[in-house]
Amino acid sequence: MSTATGYNFAYLDEDTKRMIRRAILKAVAIPGHQVPFGSREMPLPYGWGTGGIQVTASIIGPQDRLKVIDQGADDTTNAVSIRRFFARVAGVPTTERTSEASIIQTRHRIPETPLREGQILVYQVPMPEPLFRLEPRVAETKRLHAMADYGLMHVRLYEDIARHGHIAISYNYPVMVNGRYLMAPSPIPAFDNPKMDRMPALQLFGAGREKRIYAVPPYTAVRSLDFEDHPFEPVRAKAACALCGSRESYLDEVVTDDRGGRMFLCSDTDYCGERQAAVQRDAAE
Amino acid sequence: MTQPLAAGFADPVLEAQHCFRALLEAMSRPGRVQRLAGALAPPAPLNLAAAAALLTLADADTPVWTDAGADAEAWLRFHAGCPLVAEPGAAALLLACGAPPSPPALEAGTEEEPHRAATLILQVTALEEGTGWRLSGPGIEVAHRLRVAGLPADFLVAWATNRARFPCGVDVVLCAGERLAALPRTVLIEEG
Repeated sequence: MSTATGYNFAYLDEDTKRMIRRAILKAVAIPGHQVPFGSREMPLPYGWGTGGIQVTASIIGPQDRLKVIDQGADDTTNAVSIRRFFARVAGVPTTERTSEASIIQTRHRIPETPLREGQILVYQVPMPEPLFRLEPRVAETKRLHAMADYGLMHVRLYEDIARHGHIAISYNYPVMVNGRYLMAPSPIPAFDNPKMDRMPALQLFGAGREKRIYAVPPYTAVRSLDFEDHPFEPVRAKAACALCGSRESYLDEVVTDDRGGRMFLCSDTDYCGERQAAVQRDAAE
Repeated sequence: MTQPLAAGFADPVLEAQHCFRALLEAMSRPGRVQRLAGALAPPAPLNLAAAAALLTLADADTPVWTDAGADAEAWLRFHAGCPLVAEPGAAALLLACGAPPSPPALEAGTEEEPHRAATLILQVTALEEGTGWRLSGPGIEVAHRLRVAGLPADFLVAWATNRARFPCGVDVVLCAGERLAALPRTVLIEEG
């Protein structure tokens, strides 16, 4: 695809990139702390990943290879349009393979293939404040973070246990970063939380509407909140992928008819596709 | 007397991006030394890495303090358009070629807004990976080793004080020639 003319490299102007870059560096220096930034109007609406796009636009260069996923899939509207956007305004090569990408922008999943050093994972974040449903006043949540006062969240988890017998949060499960800051991991399934802990890749989070950037440096402790007698348990559908047979990956449930028929598929399309290709190669040999 | 002003980045967009990725990699893996490419020729006494870092991060929104002298100040004012301040405590970015201002005099942010802390760019004579200090903390799998030549003798004492203020505290970028490494406020430095 040809590169669009009339735009600066990667769409944003240089003043905006500098402002976002300064915010990213401070976010990396204070793991899990939300740094405010001047979020710009982007050529797509809030809620479509404007925070992630602005972070990606500020870090991306011609030597990068970009992968974009939406709920694990490379071929859904949001992922396709963001990938085409950067192919046009930055002229960067794109890929659907996790292992080939240097920057992976994601909406609500972490790829199944383990990430390595040299890769950067950019999350699109709708609500960066983990205490948002418990304390609506932003000024008050800032004070709670300053004092590392996270009792509200523990009470919320306790109430879940009292009411349901277990912690009933299946996505956006709150985590402690480096033992200091409570952080919203964006609405990834709780199944993905353990992958954040001591990940070799750098993790950046951008929230466009809420105008916040935060980060988890490589090899940083990320612990899902829990209690000694109710330890954190990642949830996964008890099934195998209908296409590749995986019993380890995170599965989507697909309704196939109106008589209760359903099947389970890998949410990570690249992981599933590579496993199917490997099976076919083995069969051909 | 007046010499022509030295040039800035030849390609401001891509060179700033290249330098920022080096800074980001340095800040997220403390103690790893990054090497900058490019033909930037800043006025003395600025070295390539420190000058590139300033052009990448400084603009009208960032008050800069420096002890680099009139040539460097004129160069910065023209190419970065940043306000220059005399008081180290008023600066968001500091560039020290000689003895750095003591960390307690610098903006360290507040408990609620620790991101307002200053970034101190220190010019040193040499940076070498794999030997010297033992660094640990976020961004480091087990330990990184970094030898820095040309720091003031009391740097480690000042660093321990700085680190104890977390989440407040300044972040440091060390620059030697075209090489740079970073020390975010979280990093623990042990000698030997």
